[in-house]
Amino acid sequence: MATKHQGSSLSSSLDVERVRRDFPALAQKVHGHPLVYLDNAATTQKPIAVLDRIRQNYIEECANIHRGVYQLSERATVAHEAAREKIRDFLGAKQSSEIIFVRGATEGINLVAQSYGRSHIGEGDEILITAMEHHSNIVPWQMLCQERGARLKVAPMDDHGDLILSDYEKLLGPRTKLVALTLVSNALGTVNPAKAMIASAHRHGAVVLVDAAQAVPHCELDVQDLDCDFLVFSGHKIYGPTGIGALYGKQRLLESMPPWQGGGDMIMSVTFEKTTYAPTPAKFEAGTPDINGAIALGEAIDYVQSFGMEAIERYEAELIAYAESALTKIPGLRLIGTPKHRAGAISFMLGDIHPHDVGTILDRFGVAIRAGHHCAQPTMKRMGVPGTARASFAFYNKPEEIDALAAALVETQKVFRT
Amino acid sequence: MNELDDLYQEVILDHQRNPRNYAKLPTANHQAEGANPLCGDHVTVYLDVKDGVIHDISFQGEGCAIAKASASMMTSVVKGKSLADASDTFNRFHQMITGGQDPCFDLEALGKLAAFSGVSAFPVRVKCASLAWHTLNAAIRETSPTAEPSEDSKHTGK
Repeated sequence: MATKHQGSSLSSSLDVERVRRDFPALAQKVHGHPLVYLDNAATTQKPIAVLDRIRQNYIEECANIHRGVYQLSERATVAHEAAREKIRDFLGAKQSSEIIFVRGATEGINLVAQSYGRSHIGEGDEILITAMEHHSNIVPWQMLCQERGARLKVAPMDDHGDLILSDYEKLLGPRTKLVALTLVSNALGTVNPAKAMIASAHRHGAVVLVDAAQAVPHCELDVQDLDCDFLVFSGHKIYGPTGIGALYGKQRLLESMPPWQGGGDMIMSVTFEKTTYAPTPAKFEAGTPDINGAIALGEAIDYVQSFGMEAIERYEAELIAYAESALTKIPGLRLIGTPKHRAGAISFMLGDIHPHDVGTILDRFGVAIRAGHHCAQPTMKRMGVPGTARASFAFYNKPEEIDALAAALVETQKVFRT
Repeated sequence: MNELDDLYQEVILDHQRNPRNYAKLPTANHQAEGANPLCGDHVTVYLDVKDGVIHDISFQGEGCAIAKASASMMTSVVKGKSLADASDTFNRFHQMITGGQDPCFDLEALGKLAAFSGVSAFPVRVKCASLAWHTLNAAIRETSPTAEPSEDSKHTGK
């Protein structure tokens, strides 16, 4: 059972107190209690290194990129492209021209749906997604299907929140042109066997987009090992700023795709009669990009790399096991989603207390969790709940915080006299 | 944890667990659906309005304790009230839960609705407490799909 000295019970070598000193936000108090931030699947707190880099960029390198002949612009361009190279390395991509800066995972998916989708998917074609997708990996495909006369198919999951792989295999066919799947479910924490799923899709000639928004802070990724055709993630979920993320695409696919938005930076030459486009990635980056955000995202990746994703994964696996054990000891608490392999998040119901009421009461004890449908209404429907309370973790969370969560849940039951 | 006990008063928990007037209303001539899309709460309010008076009212839906208790208590409070009185009650209820009332605000005049005064300490929960009331306003404006158009449908909420 939870006691005061559980910190030492995690065998991982990661020094969590050292990590926590890098995140000034974690030292705050909320309603008189130390902040226990367990909504990391929504967004993560930012380390001081990222905050410093944002400031430094605006002080020392503030200029537009790819155009200035002066030194400040050159510095900004070098820093921006260095960030692209860091993302390439982090994802294991072959070349940095395969990395396109976008606002986040949502924009990356929309880019693929509108550029690749509109030019490669037609009437009667099928797009296959899974039953546990975030709305951002459902709605862009619905819009595309509606426009092109294509059909959206959904691979089902079981009561544990695991995909039913035999059904997934059966849904793949000659008409399947694209598969879009999440690597980690934001609502349930399920880790999907993406590599095998991608290989199956390829046997049917479909291209595969991986939504790695929830995977990227928790799992070591290698796009060449996965062999995915596209992959998207958001910077703010991996300790970077909001408003920046990346799309990875295989070079030959990106080359086959028309531009998405028109404007400056994405052209080779413009006349009123005809415009020729720049090669990827510039082709997909019209207008002045979020230069500062990209550079800060590069810094965030450096930050996690300084620990190593393997060490982070190991620590978080222990933390999540500890959390599962602490939560399931609370009478009346029911986990929603008990997948074989979990990362990032645990969803639950506390008796018949509505998740919003749980969230409000936990907040008064300084514990920040997410309550609701997590932008995954079909997932909630499949699990037979209107929404859940969700605790989601980062490698700066510690066992004592899970004890605080568990204690606040018991207090919640007292408020509801259950 | 005073604010929490103020918010989750016994009477609110009772209405949540045993919602009053929780059914479809066969005689409804007005109805509307309301939802808070970001949290997924939804409610349908059914009205039987005769001569500008809420003759009968019921609701169905799902939501948090505050949303459900507010809908339940609303139905028991406005039943028998004129549309004008119901609208006036909502205005005062809304002032109370948003903390926007003037110093001489008469809390007692709101009767058992005063149980929701604790909501004002929780700004993000105002939308929970007011969902049913906004839906009532919409129902007053909209006739039931099965009802004959009547004079009452010309009344607007507030």
